[in-house]
Amino acid sequence: MSHTFTLDGKTIPFVDGQTIIQAAGAAGVFIPHLCYHPEFKPHGSCKLCTVKVNGRHTASCTMRASPGMVVESETEEINAERRALTQMLFVEGNHFCPSCEKSGNCQLQATAYHLGMMSPHYDHFFPNRAVDASHPEVLLDFNRCILCSLCVRASRDVDGKNVFALSGRGIKTHLIVNAKSGELGDTDFTLSDKAAQVCPVGVILKKRQGFAVPIGERKFDKAPISETAETTGGR
Amino acid sequence: MALNDMHAEAVAGVVDRVVARYHRDPTCMVQILREVQEACDWISPEAIDRMQVTLGVPRTKIEGVAGFYAFFYTEPRGKYRVLFSDNITDRMLGSKAMMDRLCNSLWVERGKVSEDGLVSVAQTACTGMCDQGPALLINNYAIAGLTAERIDEIAELIRGKVPLAEWPPAYFKTEDNIRRADILLNADFKPGEALLAARARAPSDGLNSSNMRSWREGLPSGIGGPGATLDEIKRANLRGRGGAGFTTGLKWEACRNAPLKAGAQRIVVCNADEGEPGTFKDRVLLSRNPDLVFEGMTVAAYAVGATRGFVYLRGEYRYMLDHLNAVLAHRRRQNLLGKDILGLPGADFDIEIHVGAGAYICGEESALIESLEGKRGTPRNRPPFPVTNGYLDQPTIVNNVETFAAAALIALNGGDWYAAIGTKHSAGTKLLSVSGDCERPGIYEYPFGVSIRQVLEDCGATDTQAAQVSGPSGICVAEAEFDRIIGFEDIPTAGAFTVFDNTRDMFEVARNYVHFFQHESCGFCTPCRVGTSLLKNLMDKLHNGCGSPYDFTEIEKLNQLLQSMSHCGLGHTACNPVLDTIAKFRPYYDQRMIQQDFTPAFDLDRALSSARQMTGRDDAGAHLVSENGGAA
Ligand SMILES: Cc1cc2nc3c(=O)[nH]c(=O)nc-3n(C[C@H](O)[C@H](O)[C@H](O)COP(=O)(O)O)c2cc1C
Ligand code: SF4
Ligand code: SF4
Ligand code: FES
Repeated sequence: MSHTFTLDGKTIPFVDGQTIIQAAGAAGVFIPHLCYHPEFKPHGSCKLCTVKVNGRHTASCTMRASPGMVVESETEEINAERRALTQMLFVEGNHFCPSCEKSGNCQLQATAYHLGMMSPHYDHFFPNRAVDASHPEVLLDFNRCILCSLCVRASRDVDGKNVFALSGRGIKTHLIVNAKSGELGDTDFTLSDKAAQVCPVGVILKKRQGFAVPIGERKFDKAPISETAETTGGR
Repeated sequence: MALNDMHAEAVAGVVDRVVARYHRDPTCMVQILREVQEACDWISPEAIDRMQVTLGVPRTKIEGVAGFYAFFYTEPRGKYRVLFSDNITDRMLGSKAMMDRLCNSLWVERGKVSEDGLVSVAQTACTGMCDQGPALLINNYAIAGLTAERIDEIAELIRGKVPLAEWPPAYFKTEDNIRRADILLNADFKPGEALLAARARAPSDGLNSSNMRSWREGLPSGIGGPGATLDEIKRANLRGRGGAGFTTGLKWEACRNAPLKAGAQRIVVCNADEGEPGTFKDRVLLSRNPDLVFEGMTVAAYAVGATRGFVYLRGEYRYMLDHLNAVLAHRRRQNLLGKDILGLPGADFDIEIHVGAGAYICGEESALIESLEGKRGTPRNRPPFPVTNGYLDQPTIVNNVETFAAAALIALNGGDWYAAIGTKHSAGTKLLSVSGDCERPGIYEYPFGVSIRQVLEDCGATDTQAAQVSGPSGICVAEAEFDRIIGFEDIPTAGAFTVFDNTRDMFEVARNYVHFFQHESCGFCTPCRVGTSLLKNLMDKLHNGCGSPYDFTEIEKLNQLLQSMSHCGLGHTACNPVLDTIAKFRPYYDQRMIQQDFTPAFDLDRALSSARQMTGRDDAGAHLVSENGGAA
């Protein structure tokens, strides 16, 4: 059955079972998000996609659309809150964009631009996270992990491997890999895994590829994230 | 065998035994990890190796779960693992001095394992012994009412490597401290009588017999006992006692009406996680009258048509496990659990106890269910709700311990009897766990509608400046509000009632609570995971004498964000204690403001303290005096 709801005044059609972000994506409307990816089961942890539904805040990636909903997304209030969330993610990890290979291709960076984030605002946590270079083809730089669980879902649901998982709790939550040594090189991870392609930030990096495309000519250098088909779900 | 140094073979043996007892069921992961640790002192890589094989789950899953719970150790830990309760009331009773005394006596640094691998000493959140603090847990067994002498004796026993089982039993004795009893605590209850009453209430006209399922399907047609029981619960106007106050009858009805998939069953869960600092009434109910609680669960099972029940017992109450299991076994022998209960064909229901492992968030019902399923205790996305898609995707009700106890009494005495007690919107009685600055801490049962002032008077509180009702996530009430009442129409509560007299610094109270939330955030969602840490840092900044009005604005903003963006109730309420105390006890904050404008958190002189420690210098020349005088 097809119905509609409104998003910032615009009428959005949807079919039963679609979440707000899926329906918006299909209609070409961008809602900022980091842990959502159209190919994976929604997770609802980053909260960047939060919208107001009939006046109440809710994550649009997990909330099913229903007929007649009134959804607000691109308001100054909500974007200010989203900006604070990106600032939190920046200070929680070690995100030094100019030195990151993912710069220009990074969803966190592009989202920060989209939201007009000018500074990290909060004091940096400077966590101490070691890099894992044990794998012949892939480097893991945990410094930038935003705990979105996309690699976890991809490895589990698509690759059938469970290479990644989250451990720890609270601010100590961190990514682990499936090896007694704790090193990626001792897992069955390969470059052709789906999990090798999903990281929205610069954690899972293909070795010997750095700067193959010069900065300035990368994905989000060419078009802002809000106009990138991939992120509206139109792929 | 050397401590902490079991051979891989021995470890594998332990794992095999435990895993076999749980029928190689990965949904029992938390129980398996707990028992392996009880036998091996920690969860070693070898233990995980073996679990991986015997349970057939990836290592990432085991490590992910083990890493989530505060009481699981994936690094070698002492043979004796001592955790001091760090609730504000334990602090007020001198827990810090006790911990320092034990550390000094055993030559161990807080948070570290002693060099011989014998002992580790650290802190944990509230252990639910606030009426008899300071308290500690040793290998998850509670010792309350600590004194300097007792600490010295404990140190001696540890040094002598005396097995815990041989320690004086008196150490492990805990008090119920019942100060005021009403219908629940006075209940002269005989096991089985509530169920008999429920069965007797079955109407003979068959009006309630429609929509019969599972254990009802086995009943002779025309008997609508379950429907009639549900009606009594609704008539009683019972609302959940776990804090949120959801109408119990509606929850049960939704579960009863939820469609069952093939092979699925309905589940009843008793939430005995009781993690809110200052709350200990569920502990007392379970130790005092477990039959009443189990019977309430069975009544619920009868009403909703459930066949399986769980008690989720917080890890801090591990010491009650054997006794509770004995009570369950006795009930089975009495035919109050098991098959054809009370001779009703098809009336099948049994209860298992799952023990938690130190995670406050597992009190949140969907996180609790995740934990029951052997996972990390992360709250689920809702909808769907547990009543339709709960434990292993089956219709599930989760209720507080006290809710089940009340339900048993309602089944026994009827809904009208219950509804007549309390106030219009809050039927029945409420157990309050009273602690802090008062002469008679303990459990007080009142009909709803009692005023804060009355409670303070009854517990012998004098010079009271504040009462924290319902723990850190509740509300801080100042003197001007002491005539407000406990009830859903005014101040709802899960049960904590913590008293602070005029000598207490309410800023430090709030700071303790903020540390609690930061420590207990599950880490799933960004606003709470990072926001509680930022809030903690701000409060520590004020504590360190670097506060300015700018910080208030920051706190306000964080509060807004946590309220609107967080995934669950923990994040929503994490700022409450700070906002309440800013609004009501502003002078405690003002005295920490040293600049009118902004003060950075970074303090040069403090940054040099580790250098001073390393060089052993602490003379005037080794200090910087900063511009704002922040050197302390
Ligand atoms: C962070 C958090 C912690 C909670 N802890 C508990 C708890 O320890 N015990 C409890 O009964 N309910 C707790 N709750 C409430 C439960 O989610 C749930 O509402 C309750 O168990 C329902 O039972 P009731 O309807 O009988 O109150 C908690 C909720 C949140 C958000
Ligand atoms: S490594 Fe990347 S994909 Fe995986 S959780 Fe971290 S940020 Fe997400
Ligand atoms: S609000 Fe806090 S406790 Fe709740 S899901 Fe988010 S991180 Fe976890
Ligand atoms: S995209 Fe919805 S919460 Fe992350």
